[in-house]
Amino acid sequence: MVLKRIMPCLLFDGSALVKTVRFKNPRYVGDPINAIKIYNEKEVDELVMLDINASREKRRPKFDLIRDCASECFMPFSYGGGVASLDDFARLYKIGVEKVIVNTRCLTDPGLVREATRQYGSTSVVGAADYRKGLFGSQQVYSASGARTRRSLQEHCRFLADDLGVGELLLYSVDRDGTWSGYDLPTIREIAGAVTVPLIACGGAGNVAHLRQVLDETAANAAAVGSMAVYQKQGMGVLINFPQRQLIIDED
Amino acid sequence: MIAIVDYDMGNVASVANMLKRVGAPESVLTRDPDVLRRADKVILPGVGAFDKGMRNLAEFGLLEALNEAVIERRVPILGICLGMHLLTKSSEEGQLDGLGWIDAQTVRFRFPENSGLKVPHIGWNYVEARRGNPLIPAGKRSRFYFVHGYYVTCNREEDTIGMASYGFDFACAVNHDNVFGVQFHPEKSHRFGMALLDGFVRL
Repeated sequence: MVLKRIMPCLLFDGSALVKTVRFKNPRYVGDPINAIKIYNEKEVDELVMLDINASREKRRPKFDLIRDCASECFMPFSYGGGVASLDDFARLYKIGVEKVIVNTRCLTDPGLVREATRQYGSTSVVGAADYRKGLFGSQQVYSASGARTRRSLQEHCRFLADDLGVGELLLYSVDRDGTWSGYDLPTIREIAGAVTVPLIACGGAGNVAHLRQVLDETAANAAAVGSMAVYQKQGMGVLINFPQRQLIIDED
Repeated sequence: MIAIVDYDMGNVASVANMLKRVGAPESVLTRDPDVLRRADKVILPGVGAFDKGMRNLAEFGLLEALNEAVIERRVPILGICLGMHLLTKSSEEGQLDGLGWIDAQTVRFRFPENSGLKVPHIGWNYVEARRGNPLIPAGKRSRFYFVHGYYVTCNREEDTIGMASYGFDFACAVNHDNVFGVQFHPEKSHRFGMALLDGFVRL
């Protein structure tokens, strides 16, 4: 049995942590190392950090900073952003990243992702799918780096799991990002029912009830939290914090 | 002084950070045999393939110093993850002999396709103490982070000090005399890991 997880999803802009609303208006929220020290105290199950500018700027991951983050983490650490070669994967694992998250490359260079899951094992690679409501109301794959696909969201998620072999999916709702309005349960249910790999739901967490809801009422194995982990409350100032696991997961 | 063996098998800095956090006396990341000769305790962490781990220990000239510390001076040693596997006699993952300080072998998880159980076993899982031991408290549910495709089977039942369940119950913590090994990552397991490392530091 593997236990359910709750985790902060931190966004990194290349120099500091930021938080977005619907993937826009990044606002400075602090320094990653300081944040990690606080998440250690809060005993978060895992930490996700996404460099949201690396692929857009065609920049490499900031390896030195990532190494410092991994060294500081008393919990497993997953990183995504700008991973462009097998060598990048190898380097990230070596400096202490448990799981490498890929998003853009699944669209632009699926062969690389396939080779990475083959070489490093599917559980070391997480496929991220960002999505938002399209013109005709259906949920569509969205890529901040501008890459496109004709696949529907469900087809794309199956492609990541079945064809590319990623061991886990990070399903991130652009429309819910930074809105504190709750997880997109219908889409999470649909995708969790369509793939066999564990799913991390992301986007919309605004309170403890939202987290309970997504873990109790859908087959998601993990819930990632953005705004709630970096702000006091909606519309209020920065406060690195995290809800207690016992309030959300009963099995303890 | 606690020597944390840094033999190019992953980033082991979080082990040092957590030792500092539990107030351990001086600990050093090292691949210097002379430092191992002076160590009061040794931690052998590591992630990666079995043969590569054994080969790196040999290439850095650490085997003799490790043997001297563990066998002659009877210094407590803690193997973590791959480090635990290296304490056994052999592994299905490789051809080379292990250090052989625990009478055990390392074997691969095998599950039927339809079991829904994936290899490697990855994630947080409960650990139950098997007998009185300084690392895992009895009667409490401790939670640890695991990532492994291979596990250890002991030939002497009394060497198992902790069990976890993944498809079946397996030994996730072992001890014989001054030699300790844990399958999970205490350095990635918050207060549960701190309690374990603290127990080791106090030996």
